[in-house]
Amino acid sequence: MNKTSSKQLLGVAIFLIAIFIGVPLAISLTGRWDFYFTLTSVALLAIASAGVWLTFYIGRINIGQGAFALIGAYVSAILVVKGGISFWISLPAAGIFAAIVAVIIGLPILRLRGVYFAMITLVLTQVVTLTALALPITNGAKGISSIPLPSGVSLFGIPIIPEFAAMENTKLAFYYTACILMVVTYAALYRLVNSRLGHLCRSMQQNEELASSIGVNIAHIRIVIFAISSFFGGIGGAMFGSIAQSVYPSSFQVADSVNFMLNCFLGGLGYVFGPMLGTLVLYFGWDLLFELGKYQLLIYSIILIAVIRFLPNGLLSLRIGKGGQS
Amino acid sequence: MANPGLSRPGFIFRKKEPMEQILANGVYLGSQYAMIALGLTLIFALMNVLNFAHGQMYVIGGFVTYTFYGQWGVPFILALVMSCVTLAILGALIEKLLFAPVIKGSAREESTMLLAAGIAFLLDALILLIFGEKQRGVPKIIDGVFNWDFRLIMPYDRILICVLAILSIVGFIGFMQYSKTGRALRALAQDRTAAQLMGVNVDRYSMIGFALGAMLAGLVGGLLVTITGVNLGMGGPTSIKAFMMVMIGGAGVISGAIAGGIILGFMEAIGLAVLSQYGDITYLLIFVSLMIFLAIRPQGLMGKPWG
Repeated sequence: MNKTSSKQLLGVAIFLIAIFIGVPLAISLTGRWDFYFTLTSVALLAIASAGVWLTFYIGRINIGQGAFALIGAYVSAILVVKGGISFWISLPAAGIFAAIVAVIIGLPILRLRGVYFAMITLVLTQVVTLTALALPITNGAKGISSIPLPSGVSLFGIPIIPEFAAMENTKLAFYYTACILMVVTYAALYRLVNSRLGHLCRSMQQNEELASSIGVNIAHIRIVIFAISSFFGGIGGAMFGSIAQSVYPSSFQVADSVNFMLNCFLGGLGYVFGPMLGTLVLYFGWDLLFELGKYQLLIYSIILIAVIRFLPNGLLSLRIGKGGQS
Repeated sequence: MANPGLSRPGFIFRKKEPMEQILANGVYLGSQYAMIALGLTLIFALMNVLNFAHGQMYVIGGFVTYTFYGQWGVPFILALVMSCVTLAILGALIEKLLFAPVIKGSAREESTMLLAAGIAFLLDALILLIFGEKQRGVPKIIDGVFNWDFRLIMPYDRILICVLAILSIVGFIGFMQYSKTGRALRALAQDRTAAQLMGVNVDRYSMIGFALGAMLAGLVGGLLVTITGVNLGMGGPTSIKAFMMVMIGGAGVISGAIAGGIILGFMEAIGLAVLSQYGDITYLLIFVSLMIFLAIRPQGLMGKPWG
């Protein structure tokens, strides 16, 4: 059922070569080292956006990914700074913690639909920000700063991941880490969408009652999907905190949650790789427009509006008749 | 973003506020909030659009009144009218040029959310370029403070604004109930296709409804600039509050928006009075209780299930 044509394989190969070899080569040729940070951010935000896209796949508009990214960032930071645990263990821990929170919160709120779900997730972002301000362990508005760089990992004396602090080019290391994470995330997402669960999700997206009436356990599926989605959010947030070496309650706010949603919409909701493209275009576009100074937001929003005005179904809808599932 | 408040009613620096004072603050905040929520819910009911830019429209309303009343010395009422007119025109243009074509051309209704967010960015950029990023305030409309035995203290201008807000709400309800346009709008909100079959010009009334919703946002902005002033950063938090009120009352229901606004106003007034020493914990509690409430009653107080 998972037939990948040679054309698709070629596309993936080109993409992998481009991000792992092409981009570092291009950057070292042009000397624009600042692009590493931009592209690393794009990769991490794309992971979180993948989660938002997945919740859309069961017909829910999720504007709460900032909340789970913030939770992930805090969990990882607290484990590393206060618990002295290796970052590489705190990373999955952050994702799992975010997923657990998602299950607890999701049980009641996933009963909501449409705009109600969208609005409550928006409020959720605000709740997490305020909680981070109020709790003692998160250190209030001061946040957690000077988080150490990820330490090395070795198995049976063979180093698998080198010590980040000892590296001369941390940017490149973070770039590779983020890209590997992103590739794994999207591979998992693609696999999920093309699995039995993916088919069930599509049936829910179209009509929940109908899906339920033919024996789909919709309550179970939507919790699982929301947990996976938040896991992505937590991973992205934790990695982001590690790169910035600091976490504040304002690290991920309502605006970030809205941006995650925009990434998915702009890329196109019917396409697995939509959120990746959307993140790249939005974040990179924003960065490129920086030179316009005070007109940055104006030009950016006009382009955004123009895109949605003339391509209401997302950028990838230009590629007609390919990959569209719904 | 730590304090998503329009303003805190904490103009009295006494330790314990008497009950009368808290209630009066609640009525004052509630009437403002209800007006903001009305505009949002109207737009939602008519077009199924979640207007992210509502807070920005409110801010523009504030700046227009500031420019006319605060800078050029035009009478306050006239400045308010200018706020309404500006926002109504802006709203009509946004609907005609952006929302209507996108709704027609889009495979999914949710695309309008992206558009609304884009418009919120655009309006923020325009406000920044036209009005700057400074906090702006206007001279008081009337001086003096109403003081009832130190149990209830309320500046006269707040009372006036509160009365004006309540009058506008009553006027709006009357307009929706008894005018021909109001009837058409209600029909449109109830069932779009049926309204069209009954000969309602759907496109035209969608535009009028959107303009009306934007106008309400501008009117509150103009009213509140006399008390809290206005600045660029107010837009986003205002939108979030408006969403909350709409959710409490039920999306797309006018009475629900009013109820939601008043409930939020009272919760805030009581919370800030009782929990003032704990800082922003009031908002945390409001958010959490809202989530619990919605888990029990997903459609809000008066909403239709699944909007």
